Amino acid sequence: MTKMISLAGTTLELVERGRGRSLLFLHPGEGLAPERPWFDLLSRKFQVIAPSHPGYGNSPLIDGSGSVDDVAYLYLDLAAELKLHNAVLVGTCFGGWIAAEMMVRSTARFSHLVLVDPLGIKIGGRDERDIADIHALPRAEYLRLAWADPAKGEIDFTQLSDSELAAIVHAREAFALYGWKPYMHNPRLKRWLHRIDRPTLLLWGAEDRIVTTAYGEGWRQAIPGALLKVIPNAGHFPHWEQPELFVERVSAFIDNTGE
Amino acid sequence: MRVWYFSEMAYHPAWEQGLKRGSLRVVLPNNNFDPKVGHGLLDRYLDEFALCDEVGLDIMVNEHHSTATCLTVSVPMALAIIARETKRARLLSLGTPIANRPDPVRVAEEMAWLDVLSGGRLEMGLVKGAPYEIAPANSNPANLMRRYWEAHDLILKAMSTTDGPFNWEGEFFHYRNVNIWPRPYQQPTPPVWMTGLSVETGRMAAERGHVVGTLLSLSAAGPMFEAYRKRAQELGWTAGPDRFAYAAVVGVGATREEGLRRANLAADYVRTSPVVAEAFTNPPGYNSLSANVAMLKAGNKRGGFVRDRHGSPVEQTTASIEQLIESGTCFAGTPDDVYDQIKALSDSVGGFGNLLMFGQGGFLDHKDTVANITLFAKEVMPRLRELNPEPRRAAAAE
Repeated sequence: MTKMISLAGTTLELVERGRGRSLLFLHPGEGLAPERPWFDLLSRKFQVIAPSHPGYGNSPLIDGSGSVDDVAYLYLDLAAELKLHNAVLVGTCFGGWIAAEMMVRSTARFSHLVLVDPLGIKIGGRDERDIADIHALPRAEYLRLAWADPAKGEIDFTQLSDSELAAIVHAREAFALYGWKPYMHNPRLKRWLHRIDRPTLLLWGAEDRIVTTAYGEGWRQAIPGALLKVIPNAGHFPHWEQPELFVERVSAFIDNTGE
Repeated sequence: MRVWYFSEMAYHPAWEQGLKRGSLRVVLPNNNFDPKVGHGLLDRYLDEFALCDEVGLDIMVNEHHSTATCLTVSVPMALAIIARETKRARLLSLGTPIANRPDPVRVAEEMAWLDVLSGGRLEMGLVKGAPYEIAPANSNPANLMRRYWEAHDLILKAMSTTDGPFNWEGEFFHYRNVNIWPRPYQQPTPPVWMTGLSVETGRMAAERGHVVGTLLSLSAAGPMFEAYRKRAQELGWTAGPDRFAYAAVVGVGATREEGLRRANLAADYVRTSPVVAEAFTNPPGYNSLSANVAMLKAGNKRGGFVRDRHGSPVEQTTASIEQLIESGTCFAGTPDDVYDQIKALSDSVGGFGNLLMFGQGGFLDHKDTVANITLFAKEVMPRLRELNPEPRRAAAAE
């Protein structure tokens, strides 16, 4: 079910489904897309709590601004508000960046962290680009980099309603607002990833060319004890492209590590 | 009416290569630019600006970045030279893309310096900038207008404050000691201009009393000027034609054929200008929500902003000179033709007092450009002075 929550002087739209261990899911830069199969599959194993980031869906921007710090604090407040305890935190793409920003601040309410093809840190040199410049690519080329099977990512915009199109436009705008410069990362974040004292899984689409597995290796080295696992036949969005495998990998990790 | 001559100072020798690659901007490598050829072109273009002063036209300079369509990278740099080479012409900066500039106080300083250098001849455009200017500046398009208005307010405060320094800690810009030297010649600031295509821009400009300019398409000009007049009325004042500017390509000749030929060459500006790699044409947040929804719905069928008299899009890249005259993008022919076209368009949008004259573009060579400027000044300009005459200006601070 979808609901609006008031907290920290703003409002947040979230969908909640399933029973069992709480899992806070932070969506990618493209948006939540709960109508895709991943959401239903994941909620058969967990109580999934999935907010729309400020600026996406019906969640307003925080003070009109695009600060990832603000979003991290907002979600820590959300975890407290929902009294989460031993919850799983999953973040994909942009959501992975937010999840890491939360965990360097406080891991108290979470037992595990799963980062799926996350953005958010700088690995390479100043003249190297770690993250593909999605704003400089024609849509067809973007799909080729982001999906193992680009046809699965195609959207026929002419068939969508005005409100669906408006949501897509808002998402694109919000994503740019958060990650234009520095491009999709916080230069200071990597420095503090050692503070993440929870079992951490990095899940990576084997065919992701927005951020490659080499970038994933950089993340793995920065988070103590983190595991890096690759999902075959998936690009930047393994939960959309291989939903069964995605849920299986997340569940196995939770079952086999930690308390 | 005042007439402001301008040229984008194009590097047309690279256009063919740019068209072949599908972009004249952002991604066309600069090994397509020959510095020796560029040296000759800049020199020539500046001579053409200087000629305008001799024949009684005013002058406008704009800037673009990372492009073969326009070599001017800094309006104040070009105007500094032109200011020293001219005596009478008013000098319109249209303008500085202030939401793409990291340092608004520097903008205020440079504009004030230019105003002092030129003895108060500066008109100061503070513009949003075209969508493909985002990439070269790497400025965030999703909060562009918030940054624009903060920079706008800071620049005007910096120019008009005489008992500084003052403090500024805003959303985007932070200074603790703003106190520009020199201060502008025209007090409190030189006249301020904005540009745009929308009704919203018309309203915003009216609230500040700025001059508002639009370009190349009569279907955008009418509603924008109307929105300005209406808002001004609501605020208790009447906006005269001097608050409005319209930009068009102008080709005039002794015969209709010669005028059309000149306009047709200069109009290659219009045909090449929109040739930009797709990803840079609509950065996130640059256009409104409704405009974006309409674009997604239209798929590949969407057109640019040049529209004919019935509101249908005109394909800019291949438009004939006749189509461009029809859409109000070009004024072309004999002096009588050109005057009649300008008057008809001005009348149809409620009257504008400033014509921004693309008097040179692309392959229009020096000889033709000189003839275009000279004939326009001699045969068209005197009649335009009587059309929508400007109100008497307050004498510059002396």
